[in-house]
Amino acid sequence: MLNPDLVGRTFTSADSVSVTQESITKFANVIGEPNTLVAPPTFAISITLDQSQKLLQESGLDWTRVVHGDQRFEISRPIVAGEVFICSSTIESARNVAGNEIVSVRSDLHSGAQLVVSTWSTLVVRA
Amino acid sequence: MNQLIAGQELTAENFKINRQLLIAYADASGDQNPIHQDEAFAKSVGLPDVIAHGMLTMALAGKYLSAIAGSEKVISFSAKFIKPVVVPADTDVNLTISGKVVEIVEGQAKIELTAIYNEIKVLGMAKGVIRL
Repeated sequence: MLNPDLVGRTFTSADSVSVTQESITKFANVIGEPNTLVAPPTFAISITLDQSQKLLQESGLDWTRVVHGDQRFEISRPIVAGEVFICSSTIESARNVAGNEIVSVRSDLHSGAQLVVSTWSTLVVRA
Repeated sequence: MNQLIAGQELTAENFKINRQLLIAYADASGDQNPIHQDEAFAKSVGLPDVIAHGMLTMALAGKYLSAIAGSEKVISFSAKFIKPVVVPADTDVNLTISGKVVEIVEGQAKIELTAIYNEIKVLGMAKGVIRL
């Protein structure tokens, strides 16, 4: 069970994440996207997933029981190679439904002062 | 690109999903959850077989969305994961993505997406917004 005190708190990663051309090309190739000049729309998950996984594990949730419920991206401009991002994640809500813990996490990717992509994930931790 | 019209049905696209693709996606995304690669593990947690990453299905729907006007034009994209895509060994599973233009407002088109595998709808409330 998630500590309710963690809801609403924002955790910012100490380390920044550099986006390489290789990582964009690799992601694009998997889905058959020919344009590798910008990152595909869901590419941000490759940065934010790691962060939310660490956050939830530190919060005491069992990651192996996590199922992805839904996902949203708001993209102010495309991600390009060479950018350096700081990722901050907030547990927006946590509720228990029939023994399953339903956690909503928002993650923001900032390049300097600019918010480039926000992602919202609903994760269901199965009982 | 042809002009989009509200109500327009967009041509469907088929995507092939197999175990190799799941490994490639795990590598590209960093999501190494064994339910997407290891059959014994997947079955041990009550799944029928290895399942595709929900985010892979969404990434393929994102590729479909990108093909409409370019990936740099996608400004919003969301979906619910309502059913898993089961991927047996040595099998190509077919995922069909189709789209419909719901509305065009202030230079933005809202597209409703449908993702079907084995006659099962796997994404719910899937929609994207693209800048025209």
